Amino acid sequence: MAGPELKAPALREYPTAPALQPDAMAGLKCYVANEKIQEPLGFPGKLADNWQDTHDRVIGRMGELLKKYCSFKVFMDACVHCGACADKCHYFLGSGDPKNMPVARQDLMRSVYRRYFTPTGKMFPSLVGARDLTPEVLDEWYSYYWQCSECRRCSVFCPYGIDTAEITMVGRELLNYAGYGQKYLNEIIGKVHRVGNNLGLPGPALRDTLDGLEEDVKEDTGVDVKYPLDEKGAEVLLITPSADFFAEPHIDSTIGYGKVFHAAGISWTFSSLASEAGNFGMFIGNYDQLRKIALRIREAALDLGVKRIVVGECGHAWRVAYAFWNTLTGVGAGGKDPFAIELQKQLDPRFKQPSHICEVTWDLIQQGRLKFDKSANDHRVITFHDSCNVARASRMGDYPGGQFDIPRNIVRAVANKFHDMAEDTIGEKTFCCGGGGGVLTDELMDIRVKGALPRMEALQRVVDDHGVNFMATICAICKAQFTKVLPYYGFKSGMVGGVHQLVSTAIKLGNEQ
Amino acid sequence: MGTLEVNGKSVEVDEEGYLVNLNDWDEAIGAELAKTENVNMTEQHWEVVNFLREYYNEFQIAPAVRVLTKAIGKKLGPEKGNSQYLYELFPYGPAKQACKIAGLPKPTGCI
Repeated sequence: MAGPELKAPALREYPTAPALQPDAMAGLKCYVANEKIQEPLGFPGKLADNWQDTHDRVIGRMGELLKKYCSFKVFMDACVHCGACADKCHYFLGSGDPKNMPVARQDLMRSVYRRYFTPTGKMFPSLVGARDLTPEVLDEWYSYYWQCSECRRCSVFCPYGIDTAEITMVGRELLNYAGYGQKYLNEIIGKVHRVGNNLGLPGPALRDTLDGLEEDVKEDTGVDVKYPLDEKGAEVLLITPSADFFAEPHIDSTIGYGKVFHAAGISWTFSSLASEAGNFGMFIGNYDQLRKIALRIREAALDLGVKRIVVGECGHAWRVAYAFWNTLTGVGAGGKDPFAIELQKQLDPRFKQPSHICEVTWDLIQQGRLKFDKSANDHRVITFHDSCNVARASRMGDYPGGQFDIPRNIVRAVANKFHDMAEDTIGEKTFCCGGGGGVLTDELMDIRVKGALPRMEALQRVVDDHGVNFMATICAICKAQFTKVLPYYGFKSGMVGGVHQLVSTAIKLGNEQ
Repeated sequence: MGTLEVNGKSVEVDEEGYLVNLNDWDEAIGAELAKTENVNMTEQHWEVVNFLREYYNEFQIAPAVRVLTKAIGKKLGPEKGNSQYLYELFPYGPAKQACKIAGLPKPTGCI
């Protein structure tokens, strides 16, 4: 791309809080959505010509959200500025900009909340750090709420459990409500409604891509592994991010999903209607979009008559599926409208609904239904990057922490060489890849590169100590982000890949000599 | 939004320099778009760009990288059917950079 070359911050031997660089990232601004993108989503096309209108709209909506989301009000009130979160954000660690400390990111909102919704802030604003909503404040929100990946690492360390991600979501909802939306996410949400997925892959293109995969797998293995689309009566509907049909290394995991179902003899299908696991409605904190996107999956499941719904390697999709699909769509118990109830009756109660593909694969391994040649992965020395939404907003299996163990169990079952990164950078303390939550757009590359610093430092250590040459992950955003930022830190972009890419390499398809 | 001027013709491009209207494209505009990407267009570059446009006309989307490499390999010989070849031609990535030069919309999502 044209423009100045970005430089990554230097890796540090002893990672500590960086020296403060006030306003280092001030003014960083992703592209704003235009009317054509905003209006179909029900948001104003642009900011009102009159500031007072924008002001009243934002404050009015904030008041509604304070009533709707009890959590938001508690988070606004509860912070005691203890500072436990201050050095936990990867964007702060990478940029040194104090406004990227989680507490400061919250205070961008809290200061306005105090001015309009607390008695002291109404009467003595300067005494309690309260400020008016001005065009400058709105711009500051736009800049810094798009420098948060909603990864929730800070909330792990907050003694009150304040979740900055929810405050960022509110910030983005208020911005959208003012007609000040982000191009990247909102354009993509429009594509999901129009075409069925984030990429805008229509059914025929999907089929063509899947035909190509069938050919490739046949060529590689001699086995006819099928990649079915819209097959009525299949047992499993697999919902995966559309990047899994399109991008590298994502597509190698897609090949792996098909091999797992083939080897286990489970009938399955993709859907062209619901060809997207991702749900960017969550990233913008908008319930209506979240639900509307999720309902496509219910429609596809009812139409195809499937008995199980399985989610592919996508971090935030698994949060949405695990935590919200039940009440949004009736996948799992909780949805009370007639279609949700119909779907609950249709799905097989012997299986977790929905299941993560890693749960499916690990169950099959435990049942002895999959066989591997582990030595096929011997050229790889592997580590595992926990993706934030899987790690901190969901679970796998039937015990706390299953979401950390199950993907690692799979890696160990299919490969011989595995080494974890440092304890305080994995599991529930995992560092974001730097591109999550709606930040994965080229014009934010500066903060994406900086935000990857803590993960890159941890990776460097296992590279030095153990010769790690492959970082496995189960999220399409992580894969795309690392592919782009690894080279800034001197690593090869090809060293990131999926867990099912490793499965795909080692799995035996029954035709071995 | 901006515009790109080529031989007296003015076409609309978005913030990232992608053509807004697919139908505005011709080879002269493709060559101008390549300049904005610092890509020196050779016959090999045009082969890829033309393939992308054909694929787009059929499927209304750019091909997946894998589909692209395979098709290029079939059409132009196996030594060209790999992503390394494509990245040498389009260092910022065949999907995004070659699409831009071909006048196609930028592929979006987790890619």
